[in-house]
Amino acid sequence: MAQVAHDAVTDADLRPFEVAEEPLYHPKTFIGKYIWSQDAKIIAIQYGITAIGIGLVALVLSILMRLQLGFPESFALIDPANYLQFVTMHGMIMVIYLLTALFLGGFGNYLIPLMCGARDMVFPYVNMISYWVYLAAVLILVASFFVPGGPTGAGWTLYPPQAVIGGTPGTGAGIILMLISLCVFIIGFTMGGLNYVVTVLQARTRGMTLMRMPLTVWGIFMATVLALLAFPALFVSCIMMILDRLIGTSFFMPAMIAEGAQTAYDGGSPILFQHLFWFFGHPEVYIVALPAFGIVSDVLATHARKNIFGYRMMVWAIVAIGALSFIVWAHHMYVSGMNPYFGFFFATTTLIIAVPTAIKVYNWVLTLWRGNIQLTVPMLFAIGFIFTFINGGLTGLFLGNVTVDLPLSDTYFVVAHFHMVMAVSPVLVVFGAIYHWYPKITGRMFDETLGKIHFWITFLGTYAIYYPMHYLGFEGVPRRYYAYGETAFMSESAQDLNVAISVAAIVVALAQVIFIYNVIKSLFSGEKAGHNPWNATTLEWQTPHTPPRHGNFDEDQLPSVYRWAYDYGVPGAEQDFIPQNVPSEEMAAARAQGEARAQGETKTDG
Amino acid sequence: MTATLVFLALLMGAVVWWLVRQTINVKPWVASAPSGAQEGVGFPAPPKVALGVLLAVITSLFALFVSAYSIRMELSDWRPLPEPDLLWVNTAILFAGSLGLQWAWRGAAREQWLAIRWGLVVGGGCALAFMAGQFMAWQGLAASGYLVASNPANSFFYVLTGLHVLHLLGGLVALARTAGHAWAGALAKTRLGVELCAVYWHFLFVVWLILFGLMLST
Repeated sequence: MAQVAHDAVTDADLRPFEVAEEPLYHPKTFIGKYIWSQDAKIIAIQYGITAIGIGLVALVLSILMRLQLGFPESFALIDPANYLQFVTMHGMIMVIYLLTALFLGGFGNYLIPLMCGARDMVFPYVNMISYWVYLAAVLILVASFFVPGGPTGAGWTLYPPQAVIGGTPGTGAGIILMLISLCVFIIGFTMGGLNYVVTVLQARTRGMTLMRMPLTVWGIFMATVLALLAFPALFVSCIMMILDRLIGTSFFMPAMIAEGAQTAYDGGSPILFQHLFWFFGHPEVYIVALPAFGIVSDVLATHARKNIFGYRMMVWAIVAIGALSFIVWAHHMYVSGMNPYFGFFFATTTLIIAVPTAIKVYNWVLTLWRGNIQLTVPMLFAIGFIFTFINGGLTGLFLGNVTVDLPLSDTYFVVAHFHMVMAVSPVLVVFGAIYHWYPKITGRMFDETLGKIHFWITFLGTYAIYYPMHYLGFEGVPRRYYAYGETAFMSESAQDLNVAISVAAIVVALAQVIFIYNVIKSLFSGEKAGHNPWNATTLEWQTPHTPPRHGNFDEDQLPSVYRWAYDYGVPGAEQDFIPQNVPSEEMAAARAQGEARAQGETKTDG
Repeated sequence: MTATLVFLALLMGAVVWWLVRQTINVKPWVASAPSGAQEGVGFPAPPKVALGVLLAVITSLFALFVSAYSIRMELSDWRPLPEPDLLWVNTAILFAGSLGLQWAWRGAAREQWLAIRWGLVVGGGCALAFMAGQFMAWQGLAASGYLVASNPANSFFYVLTGLHVLHLLGGLVALARTAGHAWAGALAKTRLGVELCAVYWHFLFVVWLILFGLMLST
């Protein structure tokens, strides 16, 4: 890369784009602009509102579960069947309909075109359909609450045979709607995913080379690749289970006696389902984690006023994690009776994937090292993420080993582990990201004090919830149980702990009202944010309008990119950052100015 | 899961190799003026890349089914079903459709409208005939007592062939749109559409060969 040789080139000298820009579809009516919208930013907001809406339902379900566990026999409306249904729907909604949809459909749609310097996604129409198919999937899922028998209570892993035969709640219409909803979700996601991948590959503006892309785009890009390849495994297992349930095939269903009668099933393999499910299920963890990794990298660099440490290593770590995530799935199945050598293989790959992950953690910490840390609300959430992710990651090393996993499997230790690593960590990033981009999305600042209150209650509260669960797990308290009664191996204090956890959970859930209030209130009465309140370098902060209009950038000219996204704290620069679209000659001028000023200061000192 | 793993290993290998080639020896922290070209434009047009990605997703789907098939096959209750001879005829028809679209593709490159239009008709007609043939094969099997739920081999046969037909049906929608462009005489759109359809038809033919071969050999 020649550095200074091209300094004289300005935007005016550049050749026009080799591929003419497709004219954007400009709707005239309100419905065309905001409902059947083809603008990725509007679609992103639609995704965001739907995902957070259904996520709130899942939050309420978790509180109902905690009420039962903390105060058994106090709530008549929660019976054992309901409890299992709450567990199942809470898990499924949070993992797929909230986190996957919000990170890829929400942040992906908003940020990919803006950060890559594109006017929109490459296929806006398909992008619009993607959202409406997602909404249909959510509605089918919600419908299962209202059918006879209620939603499925099979656990979010939907293991057969218990997901299909009587005795489990919701084996009527509930499980069928669940499976259909997942299939519909996957079809919708594939439409969106094609857009995200092709936009990143093909619609980057001049100068936005792959290695100048902000890490947010890298994370979302790689997560989308994973999702496109992993979701088919869920699709396959859903189709086969629908057939098992509806027309009596025996893909997964073994010969068995259920409720005193021989079923018509014969010879199917439940383990086959587990393999297929986890072949999707493990990459799913990284589908949620990689966008969070990317976003947190950008938030840290921006608010620490320092370039991200080891950018290239961060990119390669994202790619390596993505590739490795396909060969660790069976570590979820150590208790399924697998060949010990098989278990050894998956324990090894699981520990290997910790290497690129640890590289990322070190690089985040080293980014903070001697940075000019601004403890803004997004930064608090980003730092909170590092803590939580390290905690959750370390317990992952425990569970990745077969001998440690066997006694801990199906205890609260597992619940604590995966909530720390893939529930609380990504959710902290979601909050951080919403606070970070709120000024760009709405044009107004949120209330800083309310944001900080929200952060501290959420951050400390989640530790009050999940730390004690590790201890419960060590005691052998099994997960998914409706009530424990007088269980011999549990100490009496275990129930006290459950009360404390439940109280903490209720407090954290209520604290989210502060967040929603803040978001809505600031929409109307927040201070005007200006176009770049964080002094960030990436292209979405350099748009001529805030919030960005349809088409994102200047109508005649897309921005040209001269540098990476991490020119913070550049010595000699006029400000402590240089946006990606500022050419080198301006940088040289700024440097000269800075040097002149420095010389002037030395003279006065002398 | 071997089939899926081999496929994914190859695919991931290709992705990682490409990314490393793109990103090694690059100093991202060095500022420089852009060359003037839009990044990524050296590539084929976005719809072609999108088709490539879509084919990877569909391959992943079928590879997973093949994995499930080979795992389920090992269990004791598996009774292979006799594949109807009609399937050989269907295979030939599908191949003819692929040839037809190849002809249209060649015609599009030379702006021979007759070849384009006839190629599209042959491609679409053969796809419809193939689907009718598959439907007859299902009916024949069902009539001789090979029902979908009576044995896992039957279940897989119906699911795999059904899914393949559904993918072909989706292709027909794209083909119909391309035919619209072809009869309207819009050259650029027709060229792109014909190329995408031809690639998709070849792909589905190869998928069919693999599925058919798998079912014949087991």
